[in-house]
Amino acid sequence: MIRYLLSLLLGMLVGAAAFVALLYFNPFTAQDSMSPISVTSNQVMSLGYSVAAGDSIVYTNNGETRIKPHPEKVLQLWEASVRGTSAMATVLNDSRGQAAGIGIKFSSDSEQTRLLNGEALVDSVWHIYMPGRGTLFVEQTENYWSYLREIVVPAIWSSADNWKGNWYGTITSGPGVLGVARVVGGSGEFVDFESAATESITARAYSVNDGPVSAEAQLTIELPLRAKVTRVED
Amino acid sequence: MFKTFIIGLLLGIVAAAAAVNYVPVVDQHREASVISVNPNGGVREVLHINIPMDRVMAGSPSLRQPLPAGVQWPDDEKFGGLRSELFKVRNERDTVIGVASRIASKDEQLGSIIEWVVHLPARGSIYVSMQDRVSERGHRLGQIRSGSREFENLQGEVTERWIADSSGSEGSSAGKIELVSQFVGREEEL
Repeated sequence: MIRYLLSLLLGMLVGAAAFVALLYFNPFTAQDSMSPISVTSNQVMSLGYSVAAGDSIVYTNNGETRIKPHPEKVLQLWEASVRGTSAMATVLNDSRGQAAGIGIKFSSDSEQTRLLNGEALVDSVWHIYMPGRGTLFVEQTENYWSYLREIVVPAIWSSADNWKGNWYGTITSGPGVLGVARVVGGSGEFVDFESAATESITARAYSVNDGPVSAEAQLTIELPLRAKVTRVED
Repeated sequence: MFKTFIIGLLLGIVAAAAAVNYVPVVDQHREASVISVNPNGGVREVLHINIPMDRVMAGSPSLRQPLPAGVQWPDDEKFGGLRSELFKVRNERDTVIGVASRIASKDEQLGSIIEWVVHLPARGSIYVSMQDRVSERGHRLGQIRSGSREFENLQGEVTERWIADSSGSEGSSAGKIELVSQFVGREEEL
């Protein structure tokens, strides 16, 4: 009787492990590396920043994750309602590497996360100020499944506790129907402007202890041409 | 015994699939909302930020000591007129329910800009553009430009006001920034 029970338990363990392996290696959950905005006929604006927390002006979270708040004395988000949230302020660079604005990003773990579908989701918003140009609000859902599967998990498995390579992926997965972020302008040339955006990451090094070490993100915002309507009064 | 192993294997696969599907990976903590209904329709919610306890970041070239200690505020002159702040946001029960950013800028080309983004993790975010002018009662009025998730189909106004703490008690805050939001549903075309 005990032999049968052990056999059943062993079978269950192997079954659960097989399921986890299937989930992890499932080729159907790979993310598209091609952004819908890359085929637009409109102009696009690219804003880049370093993903490493130490390169930001301020980065804070609950203080218990592997990415440590920066600078060290920043107030941490430890209260129950904001424990799953991070806040970052960073300089955003244009495509020539010149400072083009300041961006503040809030990211919260999403309750829509479904690992079965290859979705490790984060709800995030950007508040962007570009001197001489205006302000923008970007709302997006990001999917970090490929990032976790291809960078974070291999880094944990590595005996050196790190990952090095060259990885590129679009992390924006919504809320737009084509998997794009929603952009709303607030002032200046962007006032009353509505558009789409995507965010992508190019990663080269990741450490289990410190998080991303060498990684750049790119926020690509579509700039639709504005039709100037002249109203003719009778 | 092999049959028992196979049954166990299938049970393990089903149990793991059920666990991954039904056990929530993320479960955001929710505080019960403190919302009142306006007599003319819509709802009203009062949020506040205790200063200095809830200030996460305050950056501006005019600040002698930007917050937090050790922060490297960009010295590029194009950010000269900008003041950027990050806060924790509390509800009327004085419980932290989210985070917020405030950008204030005086730009030659853009004029005066004052904006808020309030991010409530379990609910969504709102984006507010404030007027530069402060009313006689000390309020600054703003329009909700956009919102996400719970706030996506809402429109309305937000007022900001500084309320100094005159209690003088030891350990009390310098005051608080009060944000009063009034939301109504957006009319949708049939």
